[in-house]
Amino acid sequence: MAAERGEGAKHALIQALLALNAVVMLYPLLVMVLSAFKTNAEIFASPFALPVSFDTANLARVWDETNFVRYLGNSALVTGSAVGLILVFGTMAAYALARYEFRGNALLFLFFLSGLMVPLKLAVIPLFIQLDALGLIDSRLGLVMVYVATGLPSAVFIMAGFLRTLPGELEQSARIDGASEARAMWSIMLPLARPAMVIAGIQNAVPIWNDFFFPLVFITTDRLKTLPQGLTVFMGEFNTDWGVLFAGLTLAALPITLVYVVLSRQFIAGMTQGAVK
Amino acid sequence: MKRALWIAFLLAPALLTMAVFVAWPMVSAFRYAFQSFNGLNATGFIGLRNFTEVLFEPPFSGWTMAAFWHNCIVFMGLMVAQNGLAYLIAFALLKTLPGHRVHQVIVFLPVVLSAIIVGFLWKLFLHPLFGLVNAALALVGVAPHSWLGDAHTALGSIIATNAWHWVGFPALIFLAGMQRIPRETLEAARLDGAGDLMLLRRIIWPLVAPSATIVFILTFIGSFNWFELPYVMAGSNGSPGGATDVLGLYFYRTAFGGVSSGLQDFGHGSALAVLMFVFIAVVSAVSLRYLRRREIEA
Repeated sequence: MAAERGEGAKHALIQALLALNAVVMLYPLLVMVLSAFKTNAEIFASPFALPVSFDTANLARVWDETNFVRYLGNSALVTGSAVGLILVFGTMAAYALARYEFRGNALLFLFFLSGLMVPLKLAVIPLFIQLDALGLIDSRLGLVMVYVATGLPSAVFIMAGFLRTLPGELEQSARIDGASEARAMWSIMLPLARPAMVIAGIQNAVPIWNDFFFPLVFITTDRLKTLPQGLTVFMGEFNTDWGVLFAGLTLAALPITLVYVVLSRQFIAGMTQGAVK
Repeated sequence: MKRALWIAFLLAPALLTMAVFVAWPMVSAFRYAFQSFNGLNATGFIGLRNFTEVLFEPPFSGWTMAAFWHNCIVFMGLMVAQNGLAYLIAFALLKTLPGHRVHQVIVFLPVVLSAIIVGFLWKLFLHPLFGLVNAALALVGVAPHSWLGDAHTALGSIIATNAWHWVGFPALIFLAGMQRIPRETLEAARLDGAGDLMLLRRIIWPLVAPSATIVFILTFIGSFNWFELPYVMAGSNGSPGGATDVLGLYFYRTAFGGVSSGLQDFGHGSALAVLMFVFIAVVSAVSLRYLRRREIEA
């Protein structure tokens, strides 16, 4: 009886600590959102209060007076293209490595794997020179190709690991039915690999969407900038107008937060799985 | 023959991309470190001079060492503040009390946000006059402080921001490790009269060693590649007065031009990048070996 009560008290304590932690995690974000609806005077005089009215003037100014929409579009375009190419190229290579025996297979797998260990940020100088020689500096395509290169190793690793677990009888029976290799891959094997693709996609999409370093170095033209990069421009411009600053941060955080809330299980699996392997 | 073509077709796009945008630049990175540069163009082989200059010749050597020392502080700070806290959060979540799923989602939420958003947000909160942090401290009677403006608190403030941003990541890695411990092991220890603290230290800690290894290595790599948060919160010069300068910022300034100088120096930059790469790779490999052995013994 006493032990049970001790257990109950302990659980209450843990719940209290978790609640406190939740406040520490969420309250700053809540203040960010609420401040987006406040005037400067309100933010400075009553930082903890609710806004007097949910006036969308700050949000409208971010939307209308800055290149926010363009930055957002660039981020979506770059992230979408990069993740798309990572999944297509990565799945193709992984399929070859996982489903076919040929000389040099193990060596090629090792080559892709070694890409996991290489921090490409440190090769940014030769990348810069390389992109310049290819005419891809200050272009979204150049940025996309660098991201594809950084993302391929993990995608090949995840996809090959998954494709190896699929039983061989599946494609055998397809071949017996007279299907080509390509058809066996496309209509039998790939539909089964969808969960692994989601993991590989999220694992790459989040860091690419959030990346700042490569655009900072490679992109100089304002209308080509991505959202994190554009945010630095915008924060400098509106430096004294805190309501607009908070509105900009809120709008910038909104897309990925919404996707995260819907797909939290996949996000957590995708982002921690790469580390645990 | 047809099969060989099919396999080659499958492999070609990925291999080509990796060759052009990873393998070749990595090889070049080492090559460039031994050359002098004029703008974008390599002008000749100069042996180890780039290395000896950034390591031993003032003023470069002083900047390199100061930045390196700050990276060490960042690593130690994050190990204690971020990963220590993460371990406790993981233990609290292990109990699977009501709402534990929601708490997992909450603690991981900042992790999905860009360091740029997090950095700007906390820069506003840490503002000496209008910031939320000083406003909150005023409620309990603490005098306002210029957290990012004071050389004594600037680096610590950015480390704390990093801990807030990333704590959910090690927490969920620790949690995954703890969940792999068989229930019977924990119950047997409880029946033998082990309390929570005993359990945490003697049973759980050795058994989550694989997770601890991962967290250690990732924190190490992250700390020595640290760039975005200090760039946003302290600027590329590591203000105030270089108190927050780290190797990532120093490398960026050297290679792509600082705010004040605007001078690009690819030779010194390449040497710095190679030194950082070798240092991170060697220390990671050595500690991985050491930590893996500890896992087996435990």
